[in-house]
Amino acid sequence: MAGHKSRWVSRVLLHSGLIFLSLLFIAPFFWMLTTAVKPASEVLIYPPKLIPSQWHFEIFKEAWQAAPFNRFLFNSILVTFLSIIGQMFSSAVVAYGFARFRFPGRDVLFAIVLATMMIPWDVTMIPQYMLFNKLGWINTLKPLIVPNFFAAPFFIFLLRQFFLTLPLELEEAARIDGANPFQIFVRVMLPLAIPALIVVAVYQLLNAWNDYLGPLIFLNSQENYTLTLGIAQFRGVFNGQTQIRPMMAVTLLACIPPVLTFFLAQRYFMEGVARTGIK
Amino acid sequence: MTSAVKRLRLWGRVTPYLFILPWMIGFLVFTLGPLIFSLVMSFFDWPIVGSREFIAFDNYLTMFRDDPLFWKALRVTLRFMVLFVPLNLMVALGLAMLLAQDVKGMAIYRTCFFLPSVISGVALAIIWGWTFDGQFGLLNYGLSKIGIKGPNWLNDPAWAIVAMVIASLWGQGATMLVFLAGLKGIPKELYEAAAIDGARPAQRFWKITLPMLTPTILFNLITAVIASFQQLTLALVMTGGGPLRSTYFYALYVYENAFKNFDMGYAAANAWIMFVVIALMTIILFRSSRLWVFYES
Repeated sequence: MAGHKSRWVSRVLLHSGLIFLSLLFIAPFFWMLTTAVKPASEVLIYPPKLIPSQWHFEIFKEAWQAAPFNRFLFNSILVTFLSIIGQMFSSAVVAYGFARFRFPGRDVLFAIVLATMMIPWDVTMIPQYMLFNKLGWINTLKPLIVPNFFAAPFFIFLLRQFFLTLPLELEEAARIDGANPFQIFVRVMLPLAIPALIVVAVYQLLNAWNDYLGPLIFLNSQENYTLTLGIAQFRGVFNGQTQIRPMMAVTLLACIPPVLTFFLAQRYFMEGVARTGIK
Repeated sequence: MTSAVKRLRLWGRVTPYLFILPWMIGFLVFTLGPLIFSLVMSFFDWPIVGSREFIAFDNYLTMFRDDPLFWKALRVTLRFMVLFVPLNLMVALGLAMLLAQDVKGMAIYRTCFFLPSVISGVALAIIWGWTFDGQFGLLNYGLSKIGIKGPNWLNDPAWAIVAMVIASLWGQGATMLVFLAGLKGIPKELYEAAAIDGARPAQRFWKITLPMLTPTILFNLITAVIASFQQLTLALVMTGGGPLRSTYFYALYVYENAFKNFDMGYAAANAWIMFVVIALMTIILFRSSRLWVFYES
């Protein structure tokens, strides 16, 4: 009986702790939302008004129109979409190669794939900039898209782990039917890999959508800005506390796609982490 | 006939390489090539426009002897690392352990803890820039409720770096999820056996959880160290490196030398030093892991 009671108490304590911590993590989002919609007169006051007296949702429209955000949005969607396509296909091809063939140098090459994950971007960034400059790609979206068609180490690793779990019999049956390795890959393996490809798509969506340094370095005229870059520049223009409301409004809008993706694809997300399987 | 067979054989030998070709091209063009090229550049005076000149080790000598900003940036980064890395691991492990309890609504709590990690660094910097506001910010209001007078975070050279650590901890979700996966991988029998032996929770933590998690800790440790060195977005958007360069991270130093001062050769040398330091730290951590990481065999 006493054990029952103490167990109940510890449950309550655990839940209150978890709720308190959850609030800490959610509070800044709530703060962003209420700051955006509150009347201007309630922004710079102390103590802060946590619940606004009026909710001005039209601020989202006003802020969005204050800069070419439609253009930025279009660029972000374009870059995100194409880079997802590129990563899904190229990483799958490469991962399949590493998972299903024996060839001289395979293990060394795969070790290199893993090692490149540790190379800081800062070291390769400058020559990459000069390469794109030579190609005439600076101030175009190409540097943000094209490299994604050459497979990223993390996704190769993820998809290889997945291919290794698939039974060999499937391919053997197709081979006996006379299919060549490329046909087997496209017709048999790719459809089976769809769950793992969704994991790649979700991660790449976040990478591309949230990328700031790439656009910052490779783009310089406003019509080519992506959303993150547009918002960061917007902050420069609308400096100071008085413009805090539109700032919060556009930032909130830019957070919607990743947050929504996360909610819809949580299962795939967690799977990606579990598959990273350290050891 | 024989030539056809030969061709087929050759084709079979080439096929695997065709599959990994996209990565090989990408690796040569976007990683290995640039890596070597930036090393070459670091021995040149290489302005973005105009003539370049071979100057051997001058960039490196300047950096070590005559550039106080180099040392400043290195100190700021190390200070951040010393604060951020242990806190990040402790917070993420603490949250993961709470989530690993089998309680109702675990998925909701997990979502809350992870949510800040899916938004961009720019959004994170903007939200926290306002939350840290010394006068009207939410954080100092919250602190005042428990009787603490908060500092003027981003305008105070002593506190700006702490503010960066707090904002970064808010986005700790990935570390937490890796810990959570690690915790799920610990065999339940170990805890059951310990319970039979009458081990208390603290003992179970020190004798089972922590040793079994050491491979996960090593992974998160290395990731956090590398992340500290590459910290740039927060500084760029939130403080611009100030006040008084108290948040002048090493990555910001490299960025400014390359894209503000357009001194590409010097920036390449800066970046290579970063690369070497990261590589050394990673090697040291891996080597030390023999002493403290527990591998089942």
